[in-house]
Order: sequence, then C-alpha cells, then structure tokens
Amino acid sequence: MPRISNKPLRYLLQAINYTVFITLIWYFATAPSIRILDDNEAVVTIAFAHAGELREPCRKLSSEELAELAPNMRSAEKCPRERSSVTIEAMLDGQVVYSESLQPPGLFNDGGVDVYFSRKVPAGKHRFEVKMDDSVRKEGFEHTFSQDIDIKPARIMLVSFDSDQGFMIK
Amino acid sequence: MLVNPIKRGYLTLESWFNISFGTEWNPLYHLGTLSFFLFWVILVSGIYLFIPFHGSLEGAYQSVEYITHDQWYAAGVMRSLHRYASDAVVITILLHMFKEFASGRYLGFRWFSWVTGVPTLWVIVTLGITGYWLVWDELAQYVAIGSARLMDAFRIFSGAMTRNFVAGEMTDRFFILIEFLHLLGQPLLLLFMLWIHVKRLSNVEINPPRGLAIGTFIALLALSLIEPAVSHAPADLSLMPQVLNIDWFYLNVYPLLDHWTEGQTWILTTGVTFVLMLLPWLLPRKEGSKAVVDLDNCNGCGLCFDDCPFDAISIQARTDGARFENEVIVNPALCGACGICAGSCPASNPFRSSRGELKSGIEMPQLTVQQMRKLTNEAIAGLDGVTKILIFGCEHGLDVSRLDRSDTKSIRLICSGMLPPTLVEYALKKGADGVMVTGCRHNDCYFRFGNDWTKKRFDGERKPSLRGRADHRRIRLHGGAETDKTEIENALRAFRLELANIVPPAEIPADKMVANAQD
Repeated sequence: MPRISNKPLRYLLQAINYTVFITLIWYFATAPSIRILDDNEAVVTIAFAHAGELREPCRKLSSEELAELAPNMRSAEKCPRERSSVTIEAMLDGQVVYSESLQPPGLFNDGGVDVYFSRKVPAGKHRFEVKMDDSVRKEGFEHTFSQDIDIKPARIMLVSFDSDQGFMIK
Repeated sequence: MLVNPIKRGYLTLESWFNISFGTEWNPLYHLGTLSFFLFWVILVSGIYLFIPFHGSLEGAYQSVEYITHDQWYAAGVMRSLHRYASDAVVITILLHMFKEFASGRYLGFRWFSWVTGVPTLWVIVTLGITGYWLVWDELAQYVAIGSARLMDAFRIFSGAMTRNFVAGEMTDRFFILIEFLHLLGQPLLLLFMLWIHVKRLSNVEINPPRGLAIGTFIALLALSLIEPAVSHAPADLSLMPQVLNIDWFYLNVYPLLDHWTEGQTWILTTGVTFVLMLLPWLLPRKEGSKAVVDLDNCNGCGLCFDDCPFDAISIQARTDGARFENEVIVNPALCGACGICAGSCPASNPFRSSRGELKSGIEMPQLTVQQMRKLTNEAIAGLDGVTKILIFGCEHGLDVSRLDRSDTKSIRLICSGMLPPTLVEYALKKGADGVMVTGCRHNDCYFRFGNDWTKKRFDGERKPSLRGRADHRRIRLHGGAETDKTEIENALRAFRLELANIVPPAEIPADKMVANAQD
C-alpha cells in the first residue's frame, strides 16, 4: 500500500501508531496487577542452615594404628566425614505442612544442609510445631518445638534454628 | 500463489505501517536498528541514574525515591525513559523475531543469526530483572525471592540463595553483586551476544532512520511525562507484599511460581527456548546451490565481495598464476545462494561473445548468466503487441508469471539483485520497449540488499552501474510482496502508459496506443 502523500495526515497516522505503541508499554509495564496474598493471609517461613551429626563418632586411634601412619599424619582421633541426613517436619494446627529429608551435600556427604520452606497460612491464631532429626545414631526427632502463634496479615513468621538455642521464631 | 497465513498477517501489518511511515520509516523494516537505538536510550539514561543512585540496602530505595520525586524533572524522567525504553526493546525484539519467523528468514544458512538471537533475549530479560532488583522495593523483594527460588532449583546452590532473603540475613555484599551484574556484567554479555548475532552479516546498520528515532524518542518521553515510573513500598523482609503491579515484559515468569514448582517453570522456559532455537532444523527447507567462482572469468575486482549481504565472499591472493592480483572465494556455509554476487560481477555481461558459452566470474549454478540471457531472448521473442514489456521478478516477491500476457513476459530470478544491469540494456536492445524489475518491498529485501543494490546500480551510484546510454525512462523498479499483485499491476499499467508516450508516435497508430495504455 502506498504512503499517504498528505503530510499532516501522515503525521497524524504516525502519532496514532506511536500512541498505540506507548499505550501497550504503559499498560503491560504495570498491569494487570497480581495478588500475592489475600488480605487475611500471612506466611510461615522456615529457613536455616544446619549440619547433621556425623554418622559415626570420632574415635581415638590405637598406638599400632598411629605407628602405621606417616609422622606428619598422626592425629590422635579419626573422624569420619559423612554426616547424617536432616529430616524436618512442621505442623500447623495438627496438620503436617512440611516434611522433608535433606541429604548432606558434598562429595563425601559432609556438608551442611539449607532448609527453606515458605507457605501461605490464614492470619490469626495457630498451633505451630516443628521437629528435626539430624542424627542416625539416635532414635526419633532430637529437636522439637511447639508454640501458639498469632500471625498478623501479610506478616512473614520466620522459624529459625540454632544449635545452641534450638528452634526459635523471629 | 498461496501465502502462508502467518506471513500474510505480517505483510498486512507491514502494509498498515507503510501507509503512514512509508517504506523509509516503517518501524517493521528497522526493528533491529530500532532495538539498538533503544539500547542507547537505556544506556544514556542508566549512566545518568547511576550518579544519584546509592548502591546499598539502606540507601537504594531512598535514592530512587529522590530520583523519582525530588528530581522528577531530570532524573525522574531519566528513570521513566530507562524503564519504558527497556519495555519497548522487548516489543521490538519480539516483533523482530516474529518478522524473521513469518518471512522464513531463520531457515537454512540463516540458522546462526536465529540461534544466537534467541539466547540474547534471555540476556536482555535477566538484565531487566536485575534492574528491578536495584530499586529494593516490594517488587524487588518479590523478584529477588522468586529468582533465588529458581536458582536454588539447581542443587549447586544448595538452597542457600533463598535464605539470603529472610529478615536479617540479607547483606550489602549480595546487593552490590547484583548491582555489578546489572551495571557491567550483563551489559557486556549483551554487547558480546549482539556482536555474535550479527557476525555473519555484512554492512550491518545499527542506526534507524532519524525520523523514526526521533518519533520513538518523543513517544517514550511523552509516556515518561504522562505516567512516570514509580516504586512500590520499600522492601521489608518481614512482610509479604499483597498486591504488585508487575512489569509483564520482564517479570512474566514469576507469577508462575505461585502455581508451579521451580522445576516446572524451568522446564517451560528452557523448553520454549530450545524449541525456538531448533526451529531452523524442525522445518525443512530446500536451499539453492551456492555461488561458484570461475577464475577464468574473475579478475578479482572485489565487487561481489562488496555486495555480498552475508559475508560469504572473501578476497585472497591469486592462486592460478593469472596476471591479476586477487581472486575471490566463496564460503558455502555462509552463502545465502541469493545471486547478488552474480549481478555485481562485471563479467556477467550478455553482450560478451555469444558464440561460445557465456560465463561469469561468479555464478549461481541454478541460474547462470547464460541461462538468464537465453530466457531473456526467449521471452522477447514471445512478446507481441504495441508496448512490449519484459519483467524481471524476484522469487520472494510477487510471482511475476501471473502478469504474463502477449505483450508482457516475465523471468523469475532468485533475487532482483542478481540481475546484471547490462542484461536490462540487452533486453531493451533486443526489442523490449520497457523493462520492469520487481523485488521485495523497498527496505525489506529477503536477501537484505538485493533491491537496494539494484536501484543504486541503475541510478549509477554503485558498480556495476547501468550505462548512461541506456534509456532510463524505459526501466522501472518496483518493490512488492507476494500479496501486492494489484499494486504491481497498477505500477505496470502506469509504466505502459509512460512507455506509450516515449515510443515515437509515428511508430504506433494513435488508436492502438490509447487502447494499449488503458488495458
């Protein structure tokens, strides 16, 4: 189709095209908006790093075993590197909301695991429980925690863990 | 001739823009250069924004608020330009991809540009994502956590990245890393990708026509003033944003994470990418034979080297002991089999000895110069009427055989650029009253420069040029796509009318002249 020879009309049509172009940009640059959380929702997040216990305890080497080693390698204790997997289970109002067993990373399965779990929950009062098993040498969950919580809408309740203090809510 | 519906749709859009912009300024003919122009706008506005921006967790949001509100007339406008030009570039690139797809310009030898172009879009999108991150508002928080979740899907990160975005864990170091990526790492990668993307093209244009650039800039500036870009509330890692106005040009993947796992999201995005990258091989296409050099007829002048649109021809020192200094060689892997080189070769001259075989210095085996001369002779011999017109048509434009009738015959070429100007002169000398050459639409040659080089050769602006003694009034160039039959018929009718006035009246009975012209 040939170009319109009438210059003002041509520029007017160009302006219309440019307007369509920037309208497209303007609209999709911010819309449609998305709703991440409903007004009465909050978030529970469990996030921490933790190394499972060694699968086998360190043991003292006998004098015969030490003698077999090169002089510069003679360490009194031998500690296997492999760590236990970390199993974690979280419950909200008696319902299991998170359950996972994390294998220790690394070539020798000797690394610490990173726990991250996040879930929307209705805002308000709940009973929150979390337990963790980080040792193959002990039966059951070694670390447990439970608390009545009251989460405000849009709030992120962060559950963390520290080897000394155990589970805590921030 | 059937035109595939996708191409027909694209050509309709192109026609619409031609009405108001003409072929010179039609944005669809300059999508690549328009994208480069938008990159310039993004770069300049980004450098300006970098001056007042504070690259830390504590200072980023406040500095962006200062940019947006306190200095709205300068830095605020720059921020909006930075954002809207970034959005615009996604549109121009997607249109660029659609155009190449619809026109089949991703198949065969063009696979390289297509395959390198697809991941370039990834670089651009991730560059935009890190840009949103730097504002450190609720949207940035959402993007940061979503990105970290996606990265953590790869076990190499072992879940550590997402944990950065819980209250009290995020540090300036991580923020500065993202800033470094956005300001230096990703732009350099993008530059590299763009360089690779155009590596197999010659005479690469990076500037759009001035009028189009000005119009685009004014439009973006107007949008920046009418609807300045603003931030959400500041990021707070102890709160989850409830409603976000996301930029769908860049952040369209993140809402998927609310419904899908990270793995499913990766499968979709990488799957679409790989399918796009494999397209050149998924749809088979018959490729023509590549150009062949005949050293016996090549003097190494280098005109074909200058004209090749795909950098497939190189010049090297003579290897056959001939007295010329250089010779040309063709890299078949890069050759588009367009024949533009054959049209540029001075040896592609039909006036040369007609006793033996006519051979050029560089030829297309599927349509040699000798064959073109033979077809020309046959077509002219078949012409009958008062105003005899011979049409040379490009096979990517209108099928010119649809215009054939007793006084009009056509010859289809691979590209209008493969037509040696001397063949036009030859046709006029052998009895054609006029020669019409149709290629693709102006500025939209399937082989990039075919119709452009042809016009310049006819206008004497590019070698080999049409000689001055050829009657230029009897030659007509007209571009047109497969769907432009009516327009080309109109141009042909007008040309016939002009020719009727050029031919000495004594030679044509007046009644026949008028009847023929109006036919």
